[in-house]
Amino acid sequence: MQSIVVENIIKTYRTKKTAVDALKGISFSVDKGEIFGIIGPDGAGKTSLFRILTTLLLADSGKAFVDGFDVVKDYTAIRNRVGYMPGKFSLYQDLSVQENLSFFATIFNTTIEKNYDLIKDIYIQIEPFKDRRAGQLSGGMKQKLALCCALIHKPSVLFLDEPTTGVDAVSRKEFWEMLHRLKLQGITILVSTPYMDEAGLCDKVALIQKGKILSVNSPEGIAADFTKPLWAVRAVEMFPLMKAIKQDPMVESCYPFGQFHHVVFKSAENAKEKLEQIQKNGKYTQFEAHAIKPNIEDCFMALMQE
Amino acid sequence: MRVLKFLLQKELRQIFRDPSILKILFIMPMVQLLILPLAADFEIKNINLGVVDHDHSEYSRKLVTKIISSGYFRLKDYSPSFREGLHSIELDKTDLILEIPAHFERDLVKENQSTLLVAVNAINGIKAGLGGAYIQGIIQDYNQGIRAQWIQQPRLLPQPTIEVSFSDWFNPNMNYRVFMVPGILVMLITIIGSSFASNNIIREKEMGTIEQINVSPIKKSQFILGKLIPFWLLALAVLTFGLLLARIVYGIVPLGHYITIYIFASIYLLAILGLGLLLSTYAQTQQQSMLVSFFITMIFNLLSGLFTPIESMPEWAQVITRLNPVSYFIEVMRMVVLKGSGLADIKTHILAMLGFAVFFNGWAILNYRKRSG
Repeated sequence: MQSIVVENIIKTYRTKKTAVDALKGISFSVDKGEIFGIIGPDGAGKTSLFRILTTLLLADSGKAFVDGFDVVKDYTAIRNRVGYMPGKFSLYQDLSVQENLSFFATIFNTTIEKNYDLIKDIYIQIEPFKDRRAGQLSGGMKQKLALCCALIHKPSVLFLDEPTTGVDAVSRKEFWEMLHRLKLQGITILVSTPYMDEAGLCDKVALIQKGKILSVNSPEGIAADFTKPLWAVRAVEMFPLMKAIKQDPMVESCYPFGQFHHVVFKSAENAKEKLEQIQKNGKYTQFEAHAIKPNIEDCFMALMQE
Repeated sequence: MRVLKFLLQKELRQIFRDPSILKILFIMPMVQLLILPLAADFEIKNINLGVVDHDHSEYSRKLVTKIISSGYFRLKDYSPSFREGLHSIELDKTDLILEIPAHFERDLVKENQSTLLVAVNAINGIKAGLGGAYIQGIIQDYNQGIRAQWIQQPRLLPQPTIEVSFSDWFNPNMNYRVFMVPGILVMLITIIGSSFASNNIIREKEMGTIEQINVSPIKKSQFILGKLIPFWLLALAVLTFGLLLARIVYGIVPLGHYITIYIFASIYLLAILGLGLLLSTYAQTQQQSMLVSFFITMIFNLLSGLFTPIESMPEWAQVITRLNPVSYFIEVMRMVVLKGSGLADIKTHILAMLGFAVFFNGWAILNYRKRSG
């Protein structure tokens, strides 16, 4: 069964002079109990998509269904069964942790006790601060509280808009562990993130850029689609090295990646020889080169260029 | 109902947790009610008088003494010529010149008539108008006095004269405060009603919390009622506080019933809160809503009859005041406090206010969208 179905959604924001195409005909579907990642840079249209699916925004055209309900016609049904955690922290900062949670429980006609099992693992971590005002929590704590509030009515689909943006590395890891535990409860999770490294933690990802989906696949599938040879190269003189590599007709692209340059060749032959020749010509010191397996970011870079 | 209860609980908790709101709510009325009625006084006193006396007679001296002893005038300048007298008006030393011609006394005694010149600085229209009227009254009185002294009134007057005597109804002492304080109280409640609720909703917009409410199954009406009721109660509390202050500090006890005031105020607040809600559905930031509500309440207050009587406004302005809820409440307040009017007397006002309430709230509910296009 499919939890989320999106069919050719188009959304354009119009101001007096300009029109911005936020979503240019997006289609995908998410299976029940799946963690589906929407990966894309800022301004790709992630938040617009989330707002359409959570019935906050009307699309210009196209159809979307959440749990089998139409987002336009059956919005009341959807509002009862989805949890939404906006990118910006949006709980009542002047209410305490406990008050926020019980408020969101009551407006969904439930109580904390009824669904305590679902949030127990997460809530236990913020429970020592339950009388503290939400505005005075740390960034990671705020995210945990927001997740609790989004879960308190036992939603069947959870929408998380950039939940880990601005959160430290440890909290990010914890957060993803929590998502995997929720998945076991059968909750479908649609999560967006600008961080490529989080893509590998999803069951399926959609790479989105400028309102268009570049590819939908499992993280392994996306990596498998990348067939060209990829090399990681480094030397002391990084910048002249990149210039030299880019000038070579055999090279499709070269971009900095951490301490290395990633080099994509047009064909598999002679890649090693080519690099060694470049090193000889330029006399680079501490030169190092080895073939590597592509990760999501490499795929994204390749897809963006197409 | 259950949801509404929790919404109200949350709203009140937030209000009472914010110490600045409560301070503003109770200190603002106190300051306004203690200072404004004493300062915003329309009785003009201390008009600076310049005298140009060409006569220097007993009669002219008597006239000047009489004017000054009235209490409204202060003798500030005594010039030998009109030109010099005018100069002191130009220097803003005096507001008004009384020129007494040479042979004033002789003409009055011999020919039974004389002329005086009064020149008024009309930069401040109210002061000029009242000052001119006061001095005219005093001179007339002086004239009567002289006549009575000289002429032995015959038993039957050769000419019939009409003597006017009057008494001031509803406010026999012409106490200015009884008239102003209830009006200022209305102004206050209007400011609170129109800006507090709307700011509260816009704060939810700014913080993003309204998104969380919008994705929940809460109904539009529940959300709006959840915002209306707390501020409705708060404004009524401020009204109570204001009426208490008026009673304790100024001794203003309404001739009519307090209940009449509260019934009308309840409906009035629905209308004003509705206006605030309407603003909040259009504005995106607190700054926008503050500026607009400031502009609207300013116009409402100036066109409400609080400071200037509606009857003396031009025709078109009078039409506008009929569309101004504040003018109704001020009228009702004065009717109840001064005349002791009851519910039957303010029937039309209540109906008009119900109309405003339905109009503003209806528009606000129609315009409030849980989702955007």
